[in-house]
Parts: sequence; structure tokens; C-alpha cells
Amino acid sequence: MIEISHVNKWYSPTFQVLTDCTTNVTKGEVVVVCGPSGSGKSTLIKCVNALEPFQSGDILVDGTKVNDPKTDLPKLRSRVGMVFQHFELFPHLKIIDNLCLAQEKVLGRGHDKAQTKGMQLLERVGLKEQAQKFPAQLSGGQQQRVAIARALAMDPIVMLFDEPTSALDPEMVSEVLDVMVDLAREGMTMMVVTHEMGFARKVANRVIFMDRGEIVEDAAKDDFFGKPRSDRAQKFLSKILSH
Amino acid sequence: MFGNLDFDVIRRALPYLFYEGMTFTLTLTGLAALGGLIFGTALALMRLSGLKLLGRIAGVYVDFMRSLPLVLVIFWFYFLVPYIGQWVTGAARPISVGAFASSLITFIMFEAAYFSEIMRAGIQSISRGQPAAASALGLTYAQTMRYVVLPQAFRNMLPVLITQTIVLFQDTSLVYVLSITDFLGAASKVAQRDGRLVEMYLFAAIVYFTISCIASYGVRRLQARIAIIR
Ligand SMILES: Nc1ncnc2c1ncn2[C@@H]1O[C@H](COP(=O)(O)OP(=O)(O)OP(=O)(O)O)[C@@H](O)[C@H]1O
Ligand SMILES: [Mg+2]
Repeated sequence: MIEISHVNKWYSPTFQVLTDCTTNVTKGEVVVVCGPSGSGKSTLIKCVNALEPFQSGDILVDGTKVNDPKTDLPKLRSRVGMVFQHFELFPHLKIIDNLCLAQEKVLGRGHDKAQTKGMQLLERVGLKEQAQKFPAQLSGGQQQRVAIARALAMDPIVMLFDEPTSALDPEMVSEVLDVMVDLAREGMTMMVVTHEMGFARKVANRVIFMDRGEIVEDAAKDDFFGKPRSDRAQKFLSKILSH
Repeated sequence: MFGNLDFDVIRRALPYLFYEGMTFTLTLTGLAALGGLIFGTALALMRLSGLKLLGRIAGVYVDFMRSLPLVLVIFWFYFLVPYIGQWVTGAARPISVGAFASSLITFIMFEAAYFSEIMRAGIQSISRGQPAAASALGLTYAQTMRYVVLPQAFRNMLPVLITQTIVLFQDTSLVYVLSITDFLGAASKVAQRDGRLVEMYLFAAIVYFTISCIASYGVRRLQARIAIIR
């Protein structure tokens, strides 16, 4: 579903942020990406839907090359859901309109159909009653669930998450993770940057560990948690699990 | 001194002052604000487009307009437009543009420079995550601007935009250099005709003051409301 091969990216001639990153995410797979701050996790995941350009290598999403200038990027992105660390709901639109905007303007769905779909998804994330409110009136956890619903409204073939719970107060983390776990169990293809190892243990198929722009470890979940091969991953794991 | 003032002259002139003068002033203010906002937003988008040449053109235009006194622009524009029109259309004689059209175009072009700076600040105040989220949903650049960035920039900047419009409302009185009958022009004509300069100019000042004050009060109320929504 996502094929990343030999991706290199520089932010400036002297600063290489991604070095020869290669990995695959197959259909229905849940891949967790972790690693220390500044290791390039966000950058890598943003390359997948071409929010960030990269200088060499290839990324294919469902067979479409994202770094091909001829690719219709808006169309491709409309099929790839993305959830951000800081939610990024549109503050000037009501919750329901946040869910309908792209359905109507990108997919060309009629207003009624988009509303129906939006309400279904709000119900699914447990926020049907909030439909007429504005984002600022919701808690962080609620906003992030709306953001997930907004992405799902586009019927994505794959979902990308960039630290979806790290901006949340601790007591709101689980309500968001629950939604993500359900999604994973329903067979959604997911690439998730997170430090929530509980989530990884529960639903991940594979774990990728990044450090200084490189994919240091790319292993099946049990292998990763059982005994990471690299020193750096071991150190990282022991640090994060001791919390 | 106030002993021989005749305030009845104001009462008699009211229909003329408001039906002709104030109507013109408000129409000019409204249309110029609308046109200036649209043109100004276009200039702001040009400057933020990342395209060097486009940004440079808009930048030079804004700096140029902001470094000229408005009266001069009004004056020059009125006398130049007919010749520019002639040159563009290749007509035999200078195109005659009414005083209203001429002053409206002048104000739109002049105000656009100021509105563009306001809108530019408004657009820049929006975090980069917003356009990223819009793109990630599949919206094109134009749709992202239209549905996500500009509505927020406009809303955030509304108090400043209205404040600028109040300044514009006062500035429209400068069309007197073209002998146009705006509110001040009308007051001034009555003043000259009846020899009642003090009364008429005093009254005009009070009217401008009152309207501007009410509008400013409205802006403060609005600011408070916007602060709550965010
Ligand atoms: N637009 C940019 N220009 C220059 N450098 C950048 C830019 N964005 C990110 N970087 C740098 O690139 C490196 C990788 O950033 P990235 O956001 O991908 O890291 P991350 O692994 O997601 O970290 P975190 O856990 O803090 O989110 C960091 O050193 C960051 O400072
Ligand atoms: Mg990050």
C-alpha cells in the first residue's frame, strides 16, 4: 500500500534529515514509527502524502508515485487520511462543517450526503452531540477524535498519524487511542508515529525505530519488543518503558 | 461671537446634506472598502505566493501607494485617467470618466495598499498546520485559501479592517479637490452660498465625529466577541 524506497531529504545542503529510508506498509497492516525527538519521524510521514518534498528515492501509495510531477496530488491526498499532533481542526467552522468541507469540495459529494456521512462518523467517535459546536468549545481529546472522523469522512485507503496523543492531557489519551485501536482492528492500513508503546503492543504488526534520519530498526512487533537488535533502539525502549 | 449664529441654516440644508452628500460619501466608502479589500487581498496573496516576480510587483506597488499623499493621487488620477483610457483603447480623444468613477478607482487602488498589509498580517498569523491540514484533505491551493486561510485571516483582522474603513470614511472628504458633492462638499457649498461657514463646518465636524465614534465603539464590541470564540 505504501512503498518507501531509498528516500533522501535535505532541508539545506548541509542538513540531511532523511537518509536512505526504505520500508513498506502492506494493506491492512499497522506500522508504528518511534524514535527520539528530531529523528525525522514527522518528516518521513509527511513525505508519504507529499506535504514535504524529498530530493531522491521514491514513494508509492497504492501504486501511485507521489514524487512524480504528473501525479494529481490533491486527488492522491484525498485518499490518504492524516491526523496531526495539534489536531488542526478549522476553527472558523462548526464540527460538522469541518467534516463536510473536503467531502463537498474535493469529492464533490452533495451537502446532504456529506452531512449524513459526517454525522455517522461523529456518532462513531462518540461526539454526535457536539456537531453544532466550534472546535474551541471541545476538549483536546474530543478535537482529536473529530480530526480522525474528518479524515475518515474521505473514505481513505490508508491513515497516517503524527503523534496524535502527544499534545493531549494524560487523561484524554485513552479516548483517542481507543478510536485508533478500533480502526486498526477493522483492518485499516495505518502508519502511526507515536511513543504509546501500549498501543503498539496491542495492534501494531511492525515497529520502525528511527534515529538521526535513518530507519535503524524495522521489525515485527514481537521481535522489536522481545529484543531489539540495535543498541540505540534498546536504549530508547528502556527509557520510554521506564516512564 | 456665537450671538449671531444661525443654526436654522443647517435644518434647511439637511435634506441636501444627507440625501446628496452623505449618500455619496457612504456609497464611495462602501464600494472603495469592498474593492480595496478584494484588490488588497489579491496583492497580499501575490506577496505571499513565493513567486519572486509577482511578490516584487505587489511590494513595489504597495510601497509606492503608501508613500504618496492621498490628495495628490486623487488629483493626478482624475486628470490622468482620461489619457490612460485613451491610450489603452486607442481612442481619438481622452476618455471622459465621471468624477465618481475616477474617485472610486483612486480610492480602491489607494486603500488596496493598506488593506493588503492588513490581510498579509492576517494570513501570516495563521499557523502553518492549517494549510497543511487542508492540503492533506485534498484541497487545492486555491481551495485552501478560499475556504480555510482567508476566512480566518479576514475574521481575525476584521476589527483592523473596520478601523481602516473608518479612516477611509474620513478620507473620502478629500474628493473636494474635484469639486464633488460629498457630505463635506455639500456642507461647504451651503456654507459658501449662505455665508454660514462656522455653522456648516461645525455641523460637518460633529457628523463625522459621531459616525466615526459609533463605528469605533462597534469595533470594540466586535473585538470582545471574537476573543470569546477563539
Ligand atoms: N522546515 C524545516 N526546516 C529545517 N529543518 C527542519 C524543518 N522541519 C524540521 N526540521 C528539522 O528536521 C529534523 C527532523 O524533524 P522532524 O519533525 O521530522 O522530527 P521528529 O522525529 O518528528 O521529532 P519530534 O518527535 O520532535 O516530533 C529536526 O532536527 C528538525 O529540527
Ligand atoms: Mg514530529
